[in-house]
Amino acid sequence: MNSLKQYIDIFKENRRAIDDHSALALNRLRNDACKVLENATLPRKGDEDYETTDLNEMFAPDYGVNINRVNLTADPDEAFRCDVPNMSTSPYYFFNDIYHHHGDFAQQSSGVVISSLRKAASDYPELIAEYYGKIAPLDDAQVALNTLLAQDGIFVYVPRNVVLERTLQIVNIMNVAYPAMAVRRVLVVLEEGAQARMLVCDHTQSRTVQCLSNQVIEVSVGKNAVFDFYELEATAETSNRASSMWIRQAAGSNLLINGMTLANGATRNNYHISVDGEHAETHLLGMAIASGKQHIDNHTLICHNAGYCHSNELFKYVLDDNSTGAFSGKILVAPDAPKVEAYQSNRNVCASTSAKMFTKPQLVINTDDVKCSHGATVGQLDQEALFYMQTRGIPEHEARTLLMQAFMSDVIDGVRIDALKDRLRHLVEKRFAGTLSNCGECAGTCLKVKGKITKNDEI
Amino acid sequence: MLIIKDLHASIEGKEILKGVNLTVRPGEVHAIMGPNGSGKSTLSSVLTGNPAFTVTGGSVEFYGKNLLALPPEDRSHEGLFLSFQYPVEIPGVSMVNFMRAALNAKRKYFGEEPLSASDFLKLMREKRAIVELDNKLASRSVNEGFSGGEKKRNEIFQMAMLEPRLSILGETDSGLDIDALRIVAGGVNKLKTENNATIVITHYQRLLDYIKPDFVHVLYKGRIVKTGGAELALELEEKGYDWIKRECDNL
Repeated sequence: MNSLKQYIDIFKENRRAIDDHSALALNRLRNDACKVLENATLPRKGDEDYETTDLNEMFAPDYGVNINRVNLTADPDEAFRCDVPNMSTSPYYFFNDIYHHHGDFAQQSSGVVISSLRKAASDYPELIAEYYGKIAPLDDAQVALNTLLAQDGIFVYVPRNVVLERTLQIVNIMNVAYPAMAVRRVLVVLEEGAQARMLVCDHTQSRTVQCLSNQVIEVSVGKNAVFDFYELEATAETSNRASSMWIRQAAGSNLLINGMTLANGATRNNYHISVDGEHAETHLLGMAIASGKQHIDNHTLICHNAGYCHSNELFKYVLDDNSTGAFSGKILVAPDAPKVEAYQSNRNVCASTSAKMFTKPQLVINTDDVKCSHGATVGQLDQEALFYMQTRGIPEHEARTLLMQAFMSDVIDGVRIDALKDRLRHLVEKRFAGTLSNCGECAGTCLKVKGKITKNDEI
Repeated sequence: MLIIKDLHASIEGKEILKGVNLTVRPGEVHAIMGPNGSGKSTLSSVLTGNPAFTVTGGSVEFYGKNLLALPPEDRSHEGLFLSFQYPVEIPGVSMVNFMRAALNAKRKYFGEEPLSASDFLKLMREKRAIVELDNKLASRSVNEGFSGGEKKRNEIFQMAMLEPRLSILGETDSGLDIDALRIVAGGVNKLKTENNATIVITHYQRLLDYIKPDFVHVLYKGRIVKTGGAELALELEEKGYDWIKRECDNL
């Protein structure tokens, strides 16, 4: 059974409604996407780079899509209070995939654009046309599916040499009354010398109904630009997520990505970074904490297409109970990319005997003059350290928690925002202590959202 | 305070301790010496509850409680402390968090409230001075990147923080230069009261120049084969262990 079929049907039956609720720059790629999908399948378990995650199965449930953009009667102020202190974040909200405008952005004069993608597509059609769908390739079935159905998302544009002082925070809140899929699209463009930081938090308020986030993020990091991107998933076991991020880095740019999963159902994250200019720096970090039946699969590809670049990749997992983790990472150095330094490391702890970790570190080097390394480890907590701590009076469960937290410390240390670093330490501590029970505990209080999509609002 | 009777213990099926008897009273300093492989470190591991060892016989009473029935953390709360021969490095766990967790776990065990942050830091400062431990070390990860001497000083610092009733110094002198040895021994002497006791495990007499033992025991082939005063250590220093080995092996 090809799960794409139901979405192609939805598209064909509702083409007009989809277009009406979106914008031309988004609509004009839909036919191409549809053509791709009619001859495609989503990756199945066992396909190359999908050894443990079945995307076809993930999309198989009869998920509803909010074609007619039925709005939720939610007040983000009431729904969400960010308690990442001292970060001066400017929060933007998505309820499922509906953008919530929240206050005005003050820096308009500098040419910065932060807006709904749909609105941006009408306001700045040339800009959107130049980048939308140009970084993420349509021949990837998940990207094509996102392109087929995405009606909105967020657009961030930082002009030449403009530094965005405030960290942009985007909060995705899933809240569904019947099985539904959110289709979100993110486009970020940093021109030469621009600087920006983004934090994206995923939460799920509904706890009994299956939902799926289908997300594609396209990023263009211009020459000498600096971009920090933090993702924090703290959802629920009913929440599944298929996210793919496609980034192009120009010469001299500096990119930091940190993808963190604290709570979820099943998650597949793709990070594809194409380093196209010389002297660029790439830091790709990830952290996965899983228990119960959580499944977390991170796939990364760093293509070094230019010389004199440096990349550093570190993914760490702590898996408990019956959870499964997967990491597949590839570093590819092109033939004409000399003096590249690329390091990849994946380190994992299985805290229970039934947790499983699958790891596939890969290096493909097509030139001689490089320094590259990759490594993966799967192990248990250090028994000697545990005993040492116990002899000092620290009870075993607390010693284990301390060691697991310590294991994650270098991923958190990679965060370049001090307030977020402190907050993450706290969240990770709570997560391991088992007191991170819902998103209300996590980064805010989402418990007062009133609106829910009901069956009648579907299509 | 400590009564060890006919203690037998093994690791991976191999019997190491073959009937150890030892009684320690408050205020006393005992030295346990012996050739390599005689069971010195096994004795300290068994007393602190290292899960790698299996007790196959005998009993250990600590202030009237069956020590062997307690998990390692409760042995610590009851006042038993082991200074490790090879202190473990714990990357990512800061000394401050480590000590706070240890101290507050003990307070919880006795039904007390956790220490306030300021009281805790004040205590850290006071105790650090005893072993001249640099503030920089206290803010780093536990033992990570510490030199041999710093690790040993850190052990005595932890001992000062936890105020044990019985301290076992496990070959604390190994790998120490003379200055570090003096600082470590000075720390142990400063912490000495008439209410606590110390067991010094050592291969050499050197440490005993600084920490004066009331009793010296020789452990050989898993048994205490000879007990004497401080002069026994001097005799061992002079004559080595061979005469004791001969004495025992001829029996």
